[in-house]
Parts: sequence; structure tokens; C-alpha cells
Amino acid sequence: MKKKGISQDYWGYIFLIPFFLVYFVFSMWPLIQTFIFAFKEYYVDTGSISIFSKGDRIVDNGFCALGNFKAVMGSDGEFFRTLKNTVVVWLLGFIPQIILSLLLAVWFTDLRLKIKAQGFFKTVIYLPNVIMASAISLLFFLLFTKGGALYQIMQTKEGESLLTTVWGMRGIIGFINFIMWYGNTTILLMAAIMGIDPSLYESSQIDGANPTQTFWKITIPHIKPILSFVLITSMIGGLQTYDVPALLAGDFGNPKGSVKTLVMVIQTGKDSNIGQTAAVSVLIFIISAVLGFIAFNTMNERPVKKKKKNQKLVSAYPTAKKQQSSSRPAKG
Amino acid sequence: MSMTPDVVGQNEDQTKLRIRRIIAYVVLVILVFLSLFPFYLLIINATRGKVQNGLQFFPSGNLINNIKNLFGAQSKSLYGNIWSSFGYSFVISTLSCACSVYFSALTAYAIHVYNFKLKNAVFTFILLIMMVPTQSSAIGFYRMMIKWKLTDSLIPLIVPAVAAPAVFFFMKQYMDSALPLEIVEASRMDGCGEFRTFNTIVLPILKPAFAVQGIFSFVSAWNNYFMPRMILQNKKTIPLVLQTMKANIQGNPQVAHQGIMYTYMVLAILPVVIVYLALSKFIIRGIALGSVKG
Repeated sequence: MKKKGISQDYWGYIFLIPFFLVYFVFSMWPLIQTFIFAFKEYYVDTGSISIFSKGDRIVDNGFCALGNFKAVMGSDGEFFRTLKNTVVVWLLGFIPQIILSLLLAVWFTDLRLKIKAQGFFKTVIYLPNVIMASAISLLFFLLFTKGGALYQIMQTKEGESLLTTVWGMRGIIGFINFIMWYGNTTILLMAAIMGIDPSLYESSQIDGANPTQTFWKITIPHIKPILSFVLITSMIGGLQTYDVPALLAGDFGNPKGSVKTLVMVIQTGKDSNIGQTAAVSVLIFIISAVLGFIAFNTMNERPVKKKKKNQKLVSAYPTAKKQQSSSRPAKG
Repeated sequence: MSMTPDVVGQNEDQTKLRIRRIIAYVVLVILVFLSLFPFYLLIINATRGKVQNGLQFFPSGNLINNIKNLFGAQSKSLYGNIWSSFGYSFVISTLSCACSVYFSALTAYAIHVYNFKLKNAVFTFILLIMMVPTQSSAIGFYRMMIKWKLTDSLIPLIVPAVAAPAVFFFMKQYMDSALPLEIVEASRMDGCGEFRTFNTIVLPILKPAFAVQGIFSFVSAWNNYFMPRMILQNKKTIPLVLQTMKANIQGNPQVAHQGIMYTYMVLAILPVVIVYLALSKFIIRGIALGSVKG
């Protein structure tokens, strides 16, 4: 039995070939190219561009050090403006989302509340997430545009609609993001709360704690790792916001470019100033790398098993364990 | 023992508990309403006519006409070929979904079963690249596709799905919990080749993971707007047709037929909604298992 014959382990390398081949050709190499572009004065001569002559008149003036970064981060550049838009739109969706998701997750897992038809509720609140974001965006556009179903109701000034005011547009996008993602967050937080030792809740009830106290003293400290994970993945997702603003507000994020997000810069700049667009891409890369690094560290104990977070992390979280063990004797 | 405080506490709480329960249900019902309202509007509006003023809560009778007109000559000239938009979306989503689940499973299998020198390095590397957003390499990708004359081709929208780190991660986790190495050993004893073992013995075990990740991959490809917008020029997937419709109503509100647009949107989301409702139990379990996006 022990005698193994020829080892089959070289098959491991063979099975990895498709993944790595495709990764290097379609992701790694383009990423390297993007970094190279970012340090070059490299643009399409827009004087003679048409759809059919793409790639024809590219001007490549070679290395320009940090020129592109200076340009996009300068006062005329798009970086800080679009970054601000991205953050604002993200916050408008995220704040209501996290509050509501926490509330729902607590209610669904409350042993005394015994919410019925949980399967139904979960199915419904997650449903908007699988819907095409562009379809929801077009729906809202049709509702609020001039001549749309809700145009007259929402009209504040003559000729103005939610879609033509800065905060109206941002609000709609934030709302769409909220409705699409709160179900997802609720389900993640629920899984985290269900990983908490139920005897903690029982003992706190016997000790006369009210729901608010249980929430702040038991639930929140125990789901902290998941909370920060949700926060950071949502930030990374928010950084990539594209579909909703691009369809609802158009490529330039009107009104007044107030909802043009970072990723929209890549789309609008792909055939003009490639160097500067690449510089924005590099900055997006850096921001997500930092966020990703923080996410890795929040999952401190075992960064490798990051995604197996639910129960494992709660028990891997040292403070949580201490609290559990120290509160148990109090129960009797 | 502490029987008394428990009972006393419960008596005190009884009315409070009832109030909390009522609040919870009220909020939940409002949320259900909020989540379903967009769909309801889409469906109702798809039965309405060309110009739609004010909300309407009951269907009208224009649905059949709208469907006919949607696939008719006029909307073809306005929005492009409707049939082919479904065709392109379907081909891209199906193939990229198949690529991503199959090859991710293969990659995860390589890490799970075999012991080779670079195993841990490879695993860490894939975890790291999971954090890199595709958009950050998009400009390089786009310029490369122009150079390779692959713009307006479906290949750049399908083949990159072979390397999907998040799907890989899910598969690896599933294997950790559901694929004992003894099975592989046994099939080796029986003289089954490595590749055949994977295809005939391992794949059937992975079916549940394939279902969950398959749906997620399909849906995200079906809904994707960013990449097709970047790569395609004359071919149009569904989100691109939606974009054309939006441009059309913005530039030319007199010609635009709202009923037709709503009908198209309903048809665009219908397949995904049906699959989701049929498999929602698996999907919701899958989310909690860790397919975190955005």
C-alpha cells in the first residue's frame, strides 16, 4: 500500500495551466501595460479620430515621469472630482444600507421575536441584486425624465426634475445602490450573528438586559470582524461603481459631471488621453490594494481563509472568546 | 435557581415584545413593497402605451402590441436588432459561465489534491489577485484588444472568465468540505487517469457548488455593462440596447415608445428572475458561504 509508484503530483502544474495562461494574457499583461502607459505621454490624436480609424493615430512621446499623475491630480484633472463623486454616491447608498441591514439581521436572528416567513423575506430582499442594474437605471430614468410617470409629482421648479439637479441625481443613484445591496449585507450579517453563542443571549436576558443593551454589548462586539469586512468590500465595490451612473446620467455623469465616477473616467478616456486614463487606473489599483490590505488584516488570525469568515472568525476573535468564557459562570 | 427573574422578566416584556414584533413586521412589509415595486412598475408599464403620464397600478392592454412592435422593423432601426441582443447576451453569459466554473474547479482541484513545490505560493497569489479590480487593467486590456483586432468580437468577453479568482476560492472551500482525498485515491487504484478522474468522479460531487457559482457567473455576465461597452462597437448586448434606448428617449422623446422599452426590460430581466426564484434557497445559502461582491 505504501509503495506509491510514480508520483502524480506534476498533474497539479498541468491543471493550473489554463488559469494562469489566461490570467497572464488577459489580466496581468494588460495591468502591466496600464502601468507603462501611466508613465508615458501617450494619446490618441483626436483631430482625426473616427470609429473606423481606432488605433491609427496614436501619439507616443515616451516616458514622462509623473506627468500624467500630476495632470489628473491637478486642479484641472478629473481624479479628485470623480473620487469625491464616487465616495458621495457610495455613502448615500451605504449608510442606509448598513443601518437597515443590521436591524433586519438582528430581527431575523432574535430568538424571542420569532419572525415568520423568513425564507420569503430573504428571497424578496435579495431579489433586486440579481436584476440588471442598467434595467433598474433605465426604469428610474423613464420615471423621472421629462414626460415620465413621476416627472410631474417630483417637479420642484419649472423644467427641473430630480435628474437635472445634482443631489436629486446622486440621491437616485444612492437609492438604487441601496436597494440592490441591502439584502446581500443582511444575509452576511445574519450569518455572523448566528455564529454567536446563543447562551450569551440567554444569560443576558436572565440578567435583565433589554434588546438595545444586548445589541450594543453582545451583537456588535461579536460581529465586528464581519462588519469591517462588509465595510471594506462595500468600499471596493463602491470604487467600481459604473453601471448605474453611466446609464442613468450618461458617460459624463451629468448634471455638471456630479456623478461621474472614477471608473467612468476609464470609459470616456479610452480613446483620448490614454496616458492620463492609465494614471487614473493605477490610482484605482492603489486604492483598492490599500483597501484589500486592510481587509486582509481585519481577518487577522487566518488571512488565508478569509472567506470562511462566518463562524470561524467569530470564534477566532480573541476578545469574543474571552467574553464568552467570562460570561458563562454568571449564567448560573 | 434563577427561575423567578426569568418569569418576571418575561411578563414585563410581553407587551414590549409584541410592540417590537409589530414594528419589525411593518418595516419588513415596507421593504418587501420597496423591493418589489420596481418589478411591479416594469410589468404594469410594459402593458401601457407610448406616452405614460402618472403612475398606474393596474395593467392596460397593450402588452401584445408592445411585444410585436419590439421585434418589429421600427424598433430595429431605432435600437438595433432585438433578437441578436438576446443572442449575444446569451452566448456570452453561457460560455463565460461555463469557462469560469469549469476552469476554476480544475484550478482548485490542482491545489486541493496535488502536492507540488509552488502550491502555497500559487494559492496566496490567487488570493492576492482576487483584490485587483478588473477595471484597473481595463485600459491596457482595451488597447491590447485593438492591437489584436478583437474589438467587436465576443472572445474578450468570454475567454478571460477562465481565470476567475473568486469562483476558484469558492470551489476550493467546497472541496475542503466535500471532497475527501480517498475518492481520488480509489479512482487512481482503479487505474483511472488524472484528467478522467476529475471529469467523471470529481465533477459530479461538485454539482451543488457548480449550481451556485454558475448562477452568479451567469448573472454577472448577463448584467455586465462595463466590458461590452468597452469592447463592442456594432454588436449589442442587452445593457447596450438599454443604453441606446435611453439615448433615444433623451434625444428624441417624441419618437420614443415607452411601452416598448418597458417590455424589453421585462424580457431582459425575466430569465434571471425565474432562475433566481426557482433556486433562491441555494443562492441565499451561497451568499452566506462567501461569494462577496461589491
